[in-house]
Parts: sequence; structure tokens; C-alpha cells
Amino acid sequence: MKAVRSLVLVSNDPDSVARGAQEVYRRIQEEVKAFGLQDEVAVTMVADIGRHDAVPMVMVYPEAVVYGPIRPDDVKTLVEEHLYKGRIAPGLMAPTRELTGRIAWLSARKGTLPAEQRIVLERAGVIDPEDIEDYIAHEGYVALGKALTEMQPADVIEEIARSGLRGRGGAGFPTGTKMKMVAREQHPKKYVICNADESEPGTFKDRLILEGDPHSIIEAMVLAAYAVGADEGFVYVRGEYVLAQARLKKAIAQAEEMGFLGQDIFGSGFNFKLHIHSGAGAYVCGEETALIESIEGKRGEPRPRPPYPTQVGLWGKPTLVNNVETLANLPPIIRNGASWFKQFGTPNSTGTKVYTILGNVNMTGLVEVPMGITLREVISIYAKGMRDGRTFKLAQTGGSSGSIIPAALQDTPMDFDSYAKAGVSLGSGALLICDEDTCVVDLAKVLMNFFRSESCGRCGPCRIGTERAHQILDAMSQGVGKLSDLNDLEMLANGLNQFSNCGLGQTAAVPIRDMLRHFRAEVEAHIKLKVCPAGACAMSGIAGRH
Amino acid sequence: MPAVKSLEELRKLREEAIQKRKAKTTSGDVQITVAMGTCGIAAGARDTMRAVLDEIEANNLTGVIVKQTGCIGLCELEPIVMVEIGGQPKVTYGKVNVERARQIMKEHVVGGKVLSEYVIQSA
Repeated sequence: MKAVRSLVLVSNDPDSVARGAQEVYRRIQEEVKAFGLQDEVAVTMVADIGRHDAVPMVMVYPEAVVYGPIRPDDVKTLVEEHLYKGRIAPGLMAPTRELTGRIAWLSARKGTLPAEQRIVLERAGVIDPEDIEDYIAHEGYVALGKALTEMQPADVIEEIARSGLRGRGGAGFPTGTKMKMVAREQHPKKYVICNADESEPGTFKDRLILEGDPHSIIEAMVLAAYAVGADEGFVYVRGEYVLAQARLKKAIAQAEEMGFLGQDIFGSGFNFKLHIHSGAGAYVCGEETALIESIEGKRGEPRPRPPYPTQVGLWGKPTLVNNVETLANLPPIIRNGASWFKQFGTPNSTGTKVYTILGNVNMTGLVEVPMGITLREVISIYAKGMRDGRTFKLAQTGGSSGSIIPAALQDTPMDFDSYAKAGVSLGSGALLICDEDTCVVDLAKVLMNFFRSESCGRCGPCRIGTERAHQILDAMSQGVGKLSDLNDLEMLANGLNQFSNCGLGQTAAVPIRDMLRHFRAEVEAHIKLKVCPAGACAMSGIAGRH
Repeated sequence: MPAVKSLEELRKLREEAIQKRKAKTTSGDVQITVAMGTCGIAAGARDTMRAVLDEIEANNLTGVIVKQTGCIGLCELEPIVMVEIGGQPKVTYGKVNVERARQIMKEHVVGGKVLSEYVIQSA
């Protein structure tokens, strides 16, 4: 995929196809060539633009103008006006009524793309993170004040539940439900924990929030504590995040001084004490029960679940554990209401998602976009295309425990349900974009090496499974793999997934499964032909090679 | 600062903070913001910051406020420096090394001319 000036998407859901989407697509390509724009404009079909009242629809980026219904005869005008002359073709735009989700968001931002929808990162990069006054000037602590003085704890939970917010750490568990589970525990002592361990390779969204807007996490934690009835909290920050820890420490001191932490907050009689706990570099401590063990001063090993931390958590008390990004969504939801939040994203995955983009693209960095945007949009618009005009081969989501997404799925909306339906997962929000020089066996080997060294070694399926899977993949990459290895890998993946004690082992199966499901031919080439199609594996085990 | 005990007090505090910030812009003050997330610092934002401060001192500039902020999401273009003169739109510069920082200080902050070749965003 090259970096292009404009991207044209044609809807091809069954409705659109029945009304001539194929013909529209073909005509657009013809016209683009006729105007000599083929190097500047990419035309592609997209599974479902998300509206059905004006199909077939054509969406043009970067302006994000939605046209529809488009008949083949309209194409010439559209291409000439919009793509050649660069102005919006009059009379062809889709009616603006009933705009929902992604389309509404795009439509509201016509002409301003690549604008993002910033909720979580609203203030990051705008305010001075070490100045509480700057935070207050940007609506800081308003949500907390509102909740503590005007709302009951149950109202706060209800508002969060109604917003449809789901955990942003990877699993997508409904946040409101989790809060209810902690709130209904009858226990005099409860804890809230912010999981800022963020040890997934390639993910750095939590660091950015903590460094750029530390007060938002403090506010969110007091909010969550008030909702579930906790009076003490921990932020478990990854050990390497020195700057984040320093800024958070400073922010906590400022918040304590101004009475946003401590005794009788906002005169409501509610007390809350917040601590920082520094991680020590173990990947597994991002798993909530291992994290709890680590705070208790023990070895970072996961506990068997159930009981879940919502019942038996830190020091045996009911504990609410949330990811940084999830927490950062709480104050805006309380401030603006659940209905406001629900206008972003898709009906079942509301709100936005922060993605860290890295790999073979022109522009790496970080974006916050509504749930439901597609990988193709992220690559073409925010990442400014593939580096050196290469072809997109696969993306790896969510650090090492995410899925390997083949190019065929790049038009699948990135939300929890669509991805679950496609059998892949969103992970924690890292998008490692790889071009055709990446070998999938090599990638899986690197990932398995990571899991093998990060496995805590407590349960057999994970300790042995990751080691054995790495051995097999290593043999394949040297050209000495056997066909029976494929069955072994599948068996290992099943064993890892079903019998491992915690999320580390369970997700270690994902790269193997995705590799076998989406790239079987490439894997078999390593075994049958003893060739690495991408040219990445050394194949050093074959006699006569050096 | 005193403890905040009610939503009313918080609103008042917020108003004051906003007024204080407005006063700075209407008086024509220059605000220079250096993005100092880990990505910015890794790309040399500390040196950039030092160069900015150094220029202010060397030329005895007054009415210039230097601030820091977190990462704005464009890690590829760090170090990033934002310049806001009075009520004028904010100008965002990318890949600001020490030389560029000095150049921005001389030509934009003192001279009033936007260095469009380094601009990544203006709003």
C-alpha cells in the first residue's frame, strides 16, 4: 500500500452489491485512470460502511465525505469534482439524517481529518502535567465533585454501566458490571487498583496518559473507589516508567494538598488514600492476580481464578482492578453523561480506543479513534501508508498476546464484537504493521521466545508448552521442520489455551493458532519446500547452505 | 493552595485559572510549550528546552512563558514545540533540534515570522 492523497471506499455489503456496487467500483477505477490519478488515489471495497439507507455508498478520505446512493452514471461527476478538482461533489452526498457511530463521527469532521476523537487523550499534549491548576482549568476534578456531592455510589455505577464502557486492557469486560460485582460485596475494606504495568511490547498508551495527564487517573480512581466503596488504592506502574512515576507522585502530592485525595473529599465525608507501587519488570505481573501478589510483596505468580479479585483480591479483600485507559474514560462519562459517550464507536463497543501504531509504516505514533474504525483506515490515514510503498501483509494487535491479523481482515471494523466474530482479538491496542518481508514463522518464533522467557513456570502447560512450541518454530525457521510438527503445534496451542493457569499461557496459543489458520501455505513452504517465501528465515539447518 | 471543599469552590478556582490564562494571551505574551513525554525526551526534547531557555536568557526576552506538556501522539515528529503568540493561532513545529529551536526563537518568537517548513499543524 502506498501513501496516497485520497482513499475511496465503496460499500459492498449485500444491499450495496444488489444495487450495483461492483459496477460503481469498476467505474471509479476507470475514471481515476482516465484522469491520471491512479498513483494518488486508492480505491477499495469495504465490507460495510455502517449505513443502509443510501447504498451503494462511496466514502472519500481524507475529507471523509459520504456519498450515496451512487449510480454508475454518477461516478464521472464524483471523480471529476472531488478527486480531480478537489471539491465536494454537490448533490451526491448521502442524506445526513440517521447518522450513527463511525459515520456520524466522520461526517462531523468533514474537512478536518485526520482529526481524532479524543476523550482519553483530551488533555495529553495540551496541559502541563505537573501543574494541577492547568488540569482544573481544563474541567479537571469536575466529575469527581459532581459524583461526590450530587450522586450516590450506585448512580455512578449505573451511569458507567449505561455508557457501555468495556475494559481497555484487552479482554473487553464491561466496566460497569465489574464495579457492581465489587460494590455488592459486604466488606468493610475494599481496594481499587490501576493496572499500569503495560508490559505488552509495543504498547505505550498508558505511559502517555500517565505522563501527559496524571491527574485524570487520580480523579478516576477516586471516582471508582467512591462507586464501589473502597478507601484505599494502588497504581501499579511498570518499573521502567520512571517519568510516569515521577509525574504521578507529584500529582498525588498536589491532589492531597488541595483535598482531592485524603480525608473528607469535597466535604462529602468520603476518604481515599492513593499509593504508587512500582513493578519490577515481569510481564506476568500485568495479569491482575499476579499484580496483586506483587503488591502484597510476594512472587509475581498468578492465583487460580475463581475466586476473582472482585471477591478475594488484595490481602483477601474485594478489589477492583482496571486498566489505565479504562479509568481515564470514567471522568468524561460522569461529566458528560452516558448518552454522550454512547455516540462514539459502535453500539456494542462504545467510545474510543487508543492505538499505538508501529512497524513498517510512514508515521508511527499514537491515535485515539472511535471503536469500529478499520485497519485499512488506520494504515492509510493515520499511519500515512506503508513505508516505501510496500504491501501490507499482517498486523499484530495488542503486543504479544494479541492476534495476527491477515490483510484479508483489514476491512473488518475494529471493535470487540466484530473482531470476536472474525476470531481475532483487539488486544491492548498496539498495532504492529508488517509488510511482505515479514515471515510469519519468524514472527511466531519471536513471540514464542518472549512467552517462553516470561512464563513464570508455575504451571506445566505454559512452562513446557511455550518452550516446546518455540523449539518447533525454531526448527521450521532453520528448514528442518517436519509435517507432523503442524499437528504438534495445534495440540500445543490447544493445551496452552485450555489448561494454562492464567492469561499468559492462554494467549500464548493465539499467535500459533492465527499462524496456522491464516498462513498455513507459508508455514508449509518452510517444511515441504524448505523455503522461506519472505526470505526472512536463514534456513541454516539445511546441509549445503551456509 | 487551600483544600477544595465544594463543587462551587472548584468552579471558582477553574474560572480564576481560565482568567489567568486569558490574561496572558490578551497581553500578547508568548507561550512556548515543549512536548516532554518519554518519546520527546528520547528524541532530545531536553536539549531543545535548554536551547529555548538559553535564547531567552541570552537575548533578555520578556513576556515569554515556557511550559512543558506530555506526548501529543506524533512520536515520529518529536521533539515537538508549540508556539502561541498572544491570541494568534497555535503553531506546532516538529523535529525541533537545538538549531531549529534557536531559529524558531529568533525568527518566530522575536521576528514574528512563522517558519512554515517545520510546521506540522496550525490551529
